[in-house]
Amino acid sequence: MSLAEPAALPVAASAAPRLHVLKRFTSSFKVSLPAYLLLLPSLAFLALFTYGAMGRVFVDALYQRATPKAPVRFVGLDNVSAVLADPAFTGAVVNNLIYAVGTAIPSIGLALLFALALSRTNAVTSALRAALFLPVLIPMVAASALFLFIFLPNVGLLDYYIGRMLPVLPNWLGDPDIALTAIMVITIWKNAGYYMLFFLAGLQAVPEDVMEAAHLDGAGPFQRLRYIILPELKPTFLFVTVIATLNAVTQVDHVFVLTQGGPSNSTNLVLFYIYQQAVEHYDVGKASAATLLTLAALMGLTALSFRTLANREGGP
Amino acid sequence: MTLIDRLFKDAPLATRREITPKLGFVLTVLLALVWLIPFLWMGVATLRPASDGINLMAELMPSLKPTLDNIRDAWEIGDFPRYTLNTTIICTGILLVQFVTITLAGFAFARLAFAGKTLIFYLFLMQLMLVPVLLIVPNLSLIAQLGLYDTLTGVMMPFFASAFGTFLMRQAFEAIPTELEDAALIDGAGLFQRIRHIYVPLSMPSFSAFAIISVTSHWNDFLWPLMVINSPDKRPLTVGLSVFTKTAEGTQAWGTIAAGTLMVIAPLLITFLIFQKRFISSFVTSGIK
Repeated sequence: MSLAEPAALPVAASAAPRLHVLKRFTSSFKVSLPAYLLLLPSLAFLALFTYGAMGRVFVDALYQRATPKAPVRFVGLDNVSAVLADPAFTGAVVNNLIYAVGTAIPSIGLALLFALALSRTNAVTSALRAALFLPVLIPMVAASALFLFIFLPNVGLLDYYIGRMLPVLPNWLGDPDIALTAIMVITIWKNAGYYMLFFLAGLQAVPEDVMEAAHLDGAGPFQRLRYIILPELKPTFLFVTVIATLNAVTQVDHVFVLTQGGPSNSTNLVLFYIYQQAVEHYDVGKASAATLLTLAALMGLTALSFRTLANREGGP
Repeated sequence: MTLIDRLFKDAPLATRREITPKLGFVLTVLLALVWLIPFLWMGVATLRPASDGINLMAELMPSLKPTLDNIRDAWEIGDFPRYTLNTTIICTGILLVQFVTITLAGFAFARLAFAGKTLIFYLFLMQLMLVPVLLIVPNLSLIAQLGLYDTLTGVMMPFFASAFGTFLMRQAFEAIPTELEDAALIDGAGLFQRIRHIYVPLSMPSFSAFAIISVTSHWNDFLWPLMVINSPDKRPLTVGLSVFTKTAEGTQAWGTIAAGTLMVIAPLLITFLIFQKRFISSFVTSGIK
């Protein structure tokens, strides 16, 4: 008896919590069930088209077909190395980096200028805001249709009004040295008004009396911008930069309509390369490998802003 | 300068005489005019008769003999009524399903305690970053496996769940006082009844904000429908416009292209000009669509 008792104790002590954990699990599941049912429709679609899609990218990137009709076979990382060795892909990455920096900086700079100039609300500023916002609303394809004529050699809008002043008429979309810049101009025109809205919202947080006090202390407009407004707008800058970067990767409709990545791949961007591999070359393996690399790069970037974004959406 | 002085009359008294803000304002006005030029050209070129010839096509001064021929041509060459119908079906279909999914999920996040809430929150948040357009390749093969290739449902399906919408509704629902729900609970209202009769009617501004973002972004979608749709009669406006532009470009029919573009963007522009304030505030809340 005296021997058995100490032995029985640990059993009892270990069995009870296990039962407890199980019970707690089932009871918490029972309590959570209504929430799970409400989340189910959303989670089902997210599982299919977001997480499932990511999983399929991983798997598809590991397989390859010799010809479009041949059965798939496992090739490991061959697709990834094939993509990395493809000058069209590395070229597209370089183009995309130039495109990202060359569109983000001017459009964010312009957006800040617009927001500072139009921060007060009256009939005139409202009309100007609307004018600057119009390009945001229209499809990129429609913008491309308009810019197709604007950039048209000889008779187009740009050559008709400005090109005449230049010694040689440039072929805006046909010259490999200029085409990417022309594409960037369209993106800046389309996005600056969008980013302006965030700066307008951010400027609301700058206290008017602090501005006035700074002025009384002898701070000029640029000093006020540098020491009061810009620090206050830091979260806005971060947020807009993330959106601008995402846009630089995802907005390729104008490349499709205007240049098809040409001339000589000078406007080929990563997403257009992926599209070409998948739809024109039927090479799902290579397209998936390229998608995987792009996702990895974007995830690395957005991981930095994950916390900001989580807070913006109200936290878990 | 007097006009500008009038615009700056509500600026803080101390800063009213500074020159730099005024220069910035003038620069912005000039840029806003430049920003409008493509739209101006679109309007002028749409009304310009073909007899003006290609060399006057870029002229921004309206023609003295305006014509509607270009609009008629675009209407007849491009199948715009059909494209508009398809785009309307796509946008409405996506929006209706989204209303259901985001209301239910938003309510769960706003009012219910459940195990794994943090994990599920981050699962939703991830969708904000993994912009669906990046996943076109795997999603196209899934759509094909589901037998939805070349259908409008296939175009709509990847957008049925919306993390952005879920978070927007969560925010709206959290702002509703719980006392209202308690009263309904005492009256014996079930979960769905409470959502339907208390939460949804009180969150209409958020629904309309979400509707604006959802419809404008899917009205403008191009690459995804381009991949999913094969038959000409199932094309949405954007895909139709790109095909139409390719055809008309070959014949240098710039007036017709301008007219076609005008038809594609007119519904959005008109709605925007009517509900300008609401559009702008919706876009501020959007950020990532």
